[in-house]
Amino acid sequence: MRYLPHTDADIKTMFDAIGVKDFADIFSNIPENCRYDREMNLPEPKTEWELNTYMAGIRAMMEVTPDHTVLIGAGRYQHHIPSTIPALMSRSEFLTAYTPYQPEMAQGTLQGLFEYQTLTARLLGVDVANASMYDGASGLAEALLMGIRIGRKKKRVAVSGAIHPHYRAVVDTYFKPTEFEVVELPLLEDGTTDLSSLRDEDDLAAVALQSPNFFGVVEDLEAASAAIHDIDALCVACFSEPLAFGLMKSPGSCGADIVCGEGQSFGMPPSFGGPGLGMFGCRDKFVRNMPGRLVGETTDLDGKRGFVLTLSTREQHIRREKATSNICSNQGICTLTAAMYMASLGGSGLRKLARLNYDKAEYLKQGLQETGAACSFSAPTFNEFVVEFGGDFEPARKRLMEQGIVAGLALEPYYPGFKNRYLFCVTETASREIMDTVISEVAK
Amino acid sequence: MKNAPGRSGLIMDEPLLWEKGKVGRNGMSVSASDVPSAALDEQLCGAGPDFPDLSEVEIVRHYTRLSQWNFGVDTGMYPLGSCTMKYNPKINEKHAGSEAIATVHPMLDDEYCQGTLKIIYDLQNYLAEITGLDAVSVQPAAGAHGELAGMLIFEAYHQARGKKRTKILMPDTAHGTNPASAALCGYKPVPVKSGERGILDVEQIRELMDDETAGIMVTNPNTLGLFEENIREVADIVHGKGGLVYGDGANMNAVMGIVDMKKCGVDVLHLNLHKTFSTPHGGGGPGAGPVCVVEELAPYLPSPLVEFDGTAYRLEAARPESVGRMHCFHGNFGVLVRALCYILTMGAENLKKASQYAVLNASYIKVKLKDHLHLAYDRPCMHEAVFSDKKQQEFKVSTLDIAKRLMDSGYHPPTIYFPLVVPGAIMIEPTETETLEDLDTFIAVVKEIVAEAQSDPDLLRNAPQRFKVKRLDETAAARKPCLCG
Repeated sequence: MRYLPHTDADIKTMFDAIGVKDFADIFSNIPENCRYDREMNLPEPKTEWELNTYMAGIRAMMEVTPDHTVLIGAGRYQHHIPSTIPALMSRSEFLTAYTPYQPEMAQGTLQGLFEYQTLTARLLGVDVANASMYDGASGLAEALLMGIRIGRKKKRVAVSGAIHPHYRAVVDTYFKPTEFEVVELPLLEDGTTDLSSLRDEDDLAAVALQSPNFFGVVEDLEAASAAIHDIDALCVACFSEPLAFGLMKSPGSCGADIVCGEGQSFGMPPSFGGPGLGMFGCRDKFVRNMPGRLVGETTDLDGKRGFVLTLSTREQHIRREKATSNICSNQGICTLTAAMYMASLGGSGLRKLARLNYDKAEYLKQGLQETGAACSFSAPTFNEFVVEFGGDFEPARKRLMEQGIVAGLALEPYYPGFKNRYLFCVTETASREIMDTVISEVAK
Repeated sequence: MKNAPGRSGLIMDEPLLWEKGKVGRNGMSVSASDVPSAALDEQLCGAGPDFPDLSEVEIVRHYTRLSQWNFGVDTGMYPLGSCTMKYNPKINEKHAGSEAIATVHPMLDDEYCQGTLKIIYDLQNYLAEITGLDAVSVQPAAGAHGELAGMLIFEAYHQARGKKRTKILMPDTAHGTNPASAALCGYKPVPVKSGERGILDVEQIRELMDDETAGIMVTNPNTLGLFEENIREVADIVHGKGGLVYGDGANMNAVMGIVDMKKCGVDVLHLNLHKTFSTPHGGGGPGAGPVCVVEELAPYLPSPLVEFDGTAYRLEAARPESVGRMHCFHGNFGVLVRALCYILTMGAENLKKASQYAVLNASYIKVKLKDHLHLAYDRPCMHEAVFSDKKQQEFKVSTLDIAKRLMDSGYHPPTIYFPLVVPGAIMIEPTETETLEDLDTFIAVVKEIVAEAQSDPDLLRNAPQRFKVKRLDETAAARKPCLCG
């Protein structure tokens, strides 16, 4: 077995040194009633070549292949990834290292994370960003728990019904065993969140909105954060498509106190939902309540600049049960990948790409409306939008599938009233030709 | 140092990203638009972030230079205790990154993605088989996330029996994340001191366990590298009071095919795929922390689970007793692919050998070094051995100094100052993928460092010398945090 270097002679040498005669001796302290008393029932070991054949079989089971165009976003986005990124992120000095506990021999990871924190803080318009959470959904749950810590005696948080349903589900999971309550805010006709009920609230620690929200709708975050601050709650702004901030105002500049969301769009493929990364930032004054790892700048004995993990007194290995979170491993290499992507695009490229995505989505949105389909929400959108078809869309969707296009996500399973409503996503990877095919199939 | 592999090479300086570049450069192509420009409400627009503009070559050199300041498993031996820094097979990277797998959208209808669902389903089953437990969810994104899933399952189980419990037993040899994971579910950790032999004392558990206590979180093998020999009795006591046993399976690499977690009385266990199942640690992640349970607790597992009816795989979300969703989609799927590839490559026989050799390597180091470094518990160890700086204190040399000197010698240091029960701990976990020759060199180097501690202690105190930076001021970093450039 090529990963196991031990020869019989090696094993004998080591047995002799240890003073045992066999493996039974080595494991003799394991009580009889705890032992695995059979062979593990697993497939026979595969050579590298047999594994390749096996994985080819897995690929053959996939109805949707890389040749398909998937016009679904809903938290995972297909963007072009430059070949520099896999080449750099797979450098094994990055990939096969662990958490930089020994900073002198992990300056690559540490400077990379410091750069990520900085670019992310600039993107989101916050003072500080951490070195990642697991994903957008768990990041939102942690943001709301952070809101509870800051809000002290307050026992409730509110989340917009236009937040990704899976994000809300994760929030519910995290809150279920606590004494705290999660309330949901309804939608307005235009697809934004109805904040009118906030006026009567006085024990909300935090209110969370997503922008662009699950329907692609850009929320009026400035008005929302003002309304939320009026009731002395924290404004938590989440997102699933950070590319939007190349064009739209950043959540922090609109008054959000905590900003969190999914960073997969920045250089990572959809990969069936993971790994991506939770981007997470906040205002300076809340940093000691923030979950997750932080990298800070410092100097070495000669006064030379260097980077270390810092403020770890917030973390589980020091603060134990009073920590700001239990998170330990985060998304590591994905964080570095996101930084590489942001750096590759640069300020100019990010704006150009965001605009391209906006224009493309508007093209399909317009085209579908011209076929007679209705745009469900009137508020402006980015990348994604909801269309309501006059009748059953499934036959057209099947015909498009046969042409290699996965056309939209049915919303009814997530929002029971949303019959015949579909969520479409268009990024720079969808050509005009593909969109024209969709439009003409729908028009039939 | 004669034997040590550490030498000095050319280190290139490299500024921060925003200290280079010029406005107007770009590091990646952006497609030309093939659609008309759409109307846009300028009120919504911001200035865009203040990112530097860099060319592709600048990006490539930047990250190549950064990478050269790092040390990974592919660079050399990385005996970081409790982290299982074994070799990360390259073929697994290829399959996880293949276009057919990486481009799959997680919101596709089940019929369109049978292959990726099969990967999850097979992995669920194989992990159940390896641990001896009955059902598995692969959704948790890391070990601590798996612990949280486990604590949520404890909570749901006790709620379903109509009684919320408030406490949980927490041995001092448990992993550092355990107390915080339990606290998220409202459990107050009750500390349990390990006995004289470094393992749980049955009588103490009998005294502490009551019907207010949800159960116990046991890391087994524990963080001293010792097998909890009393685990079955401890489990019986906990079960007798209506509690559950949580097994932190971070150290599973010691016991695959050797210990049956169900027979130990473990009800819930998480695994770290980035430890035992060879997926790369990525400088801190992504990991994966599947949670495995006995049949009685299967209804509580996170949702959805992948099921198979004999012809098709599907996501089952209608599971009313489930603790709910832990991750936006199916966890760190790319990590799951790598772990599955590892299991398929190894098979039952080689997984068991991996555990045997991991323990063999650790035992060999323990025996060879115990006359040179103080050994905290001189008992048969599992996958790691915990030493300390007790013998070096008289020369005013600390664990930290030894660790930094090891760096100059070409090794990543072991885990230091953990577990807390051993002051000045040096926790060495070589893993099974190191050769005997490499172990012998490492042992010789440690002995040399131990000799230097006496003959030339400044050599240790001033280490490291061979890196881009010397010792960094961590106190100043925390006192006046600079977290953003």
